[in-house]
Amino acid sequence: MEVRVVNVRKEFERFPALHDVSLDISSGELIALLGPSGSGKTTLLRLIAGLERPTKGAIFFGDEDASQKSIQERNVGFVFQHYALFRHMTVADNIGFGLKVRHGAARPSGQEIRRRALELLDLVQLSGLEKRYPAQLSGGQRQRVALARAMAIEPKVLLLDEPFGALDAQVRRELRRWLREIHDRTGHTTVFVTHDQEEALELADRVVVMSQGRIEQVGTADDIYDTPNSPFVYTFIGESSSLPVKVENGEVWIADRPIGLSAPHAPSGEAVLYFRPHDVDLLDGCSGCIAGTVAASRRVAGTRRVELEVGGERQRVEIELPVDHPAAQKSRVAFRPRRWKLFPAS
Amino acid sequence: MADPEIKSYELHHESQSAAVTESRPIKAVLMAIALAFLAVFLLLPLIVVFHEALAKGIGAYTEALSSPDTRSAIRLTLLVAAISVPLNVIFGISAAWAIAKFEFKGKAFLTTLIDLPFSVSPVISGLVYVLLFGAQGLLGAWLKAHGIVILFAVPGIVLATIFVTFPFVARELIPLMQEQGNGDEEAALSLGASGWQAFWYVTLPNVKWGLLYGVLLCNARAMGEFGAVSVVSGHIRGLTNTMPLHVEILYNEYNAVGAFAVASLLAGLALVTLVLKTLLEMRYGAEIAATRGH
Repeated sequence: MEVRVVNVRKEFERFPALHDVSLDISSGELIALLGPSGSGKTTLLRLIAGLERPTKGAIFFGDEDASQKSIQERNVGFVFQHYALFRHMTVADNIGFGLKVRHGAARPSGQEIRRRALELLDLVQLSGLEKRYPAQLSGGQRQRVALARAMAIEPKVLLLDEPFGALDAQVRRELRRWLREIHDRTGHTTVFVTHDQEEALELADRVVVMSQGRIEQVGTADDIYDTPNSPFVYTFIGESSSLPVKVENGEVWIADRPIGLSAPHAPSGEAVLYFRPHDVDLLDGCSGCIAGTVAASRRVAGTRRVELEVGGERQRVEIELPVDHPAAQKSRVAFRPRRWKLFPAS
Repeated sequence: MADPEIKSYELHHESQSAAVTESRPIKAVLMAIALAFLAVFLLLPLIVVFHEALAKGIGAYTEALSSPDTRSAIRLTLLVAAISVPLNVIFGISAAWAIAKFEFKGKAFLTTLIDLPFSVSPVISGLVYVLLFGAQGLLGAWLKAHGIVILFAVPGIVLATIFVTFPFVARELIPLMQEQGNGDEEAALSLGASGWQAFWYVTLPNVKWGLLYGVLLCNARAMGEFGAVSVVSGHIRGLTNTMPLHVEILYNEYNAVGAFAVASLLAGLALVTLVLKTLLEMRYGAEIAATRGH
């Protein structure tokens, strides 16, 4: 099911949580809403589910305006951050709940409900645990039951709120791979919320980066990582370095020296240069480069991170070198970013 | 999820007791004081009640209990409890639901209001109904014109009982529901359940032990209430006397066996309530723990 969010605004007691957000989600897509806390990602998810109503704007499921429908009519599978499993029901009863509460002809027989519950338990690889109670399951198992329960109603859209938030790192990684498999097998349009960029970039077809109630950027992991479109995305996703620069006649300058980067379309004046610390060319001589004195050098896993003092104002900037690179031993290093972007100085 | 909490509590508890350990004699004195208090103020009276009730033998005891006025008092007490407890369950659940699940203006005020019967003398709550429904009261003339009798009759007794007992269920449920939040209900709704189904299949089972606990306390108070009921009842023998009122009348007539026989029933009720309450706390302590004591 295709989902379209059109110019949605949401206020809580006059305080805006989302400003004019629009988003198109294709059928069968796996989408991540990524952002720091307070960015509005969970609000957006709850709006799609129908747990909240938009102050302005509309949400379409296919061609239908879903924003006029109640949560029951929307038929979405929602997996809550803390699972919200019904603690007094067995695993099988939890999974069958959505079918049991249906009315009239839509309600399957008790036997059929049970068969479906067992089938879904098999899908989430928990066969044999149908008689357990939620309290008798581990966190990862509860998460799987919650997903099976949400899928039991054959939802049009599957929505997951921080699905792995409460789990430890090992289980997270395992479940991440497993969720991708399930998605590929069942083909549900899936939206999940996370504040973990690794999770979002690894798992999702497309990532929606949010900040302060707005969508900053939508794109594949490659788009987001390689061509961030705002300082926020640069700093929020992955490592980034920035330097205040000046643009004159399409050339980028630091203090009184051009650094060998041309920006023909950038307006002249103050700007900030952003690049990835590992995405740099090291240079020997320096005619058109960024040169700095090594202020600190740290070994981080497979690379060496070097902090340089650049220019007269001793701006600090960080770059990453291969561990055995000779430049790491020198007191002065010259480099030029390979991929970079200029943003107006704020 | 509850396990680590309990463990940490125990650790905390142990370290605390290790830090504030008192010497043996002081411990003994403290315990002796507590036990002496319990013995004098609780245990002895209880023994006296049963001793007096059975002073003239089991025959006199059963005879006292089977007198028509006593039986009518027992019937009336059961009737009053049977009406006021279910009404307070409905009120308690509605109030707890509203307070725990919604945000609205005047919420804090409503919460305080629910506690009112605890802070007002029962005699005053009875008196309020006299002022409202009595012959000289606000609604007295209107009631008389329409032939509705409230005061000095069963409806007045029921009203007074509801008034003094309405905090019990609500006070048990509010903290419990607040702690549980809306998550389970939202999950039920997202799975297609109607509001009623969500309440019936999810909310109610989640609070059932707390609810039962509240009902137990509410019932004990409904059957045992004296002050408020005394003001509105009119003490008409065989008609508007509940058990506690009947005990007083019998006692004033120097019918010790009768008075204590009826009192023994009330004491028995208290004991049963206490045992059930303890069992509930032992079995479902974690679920009731959210409630603060009265």
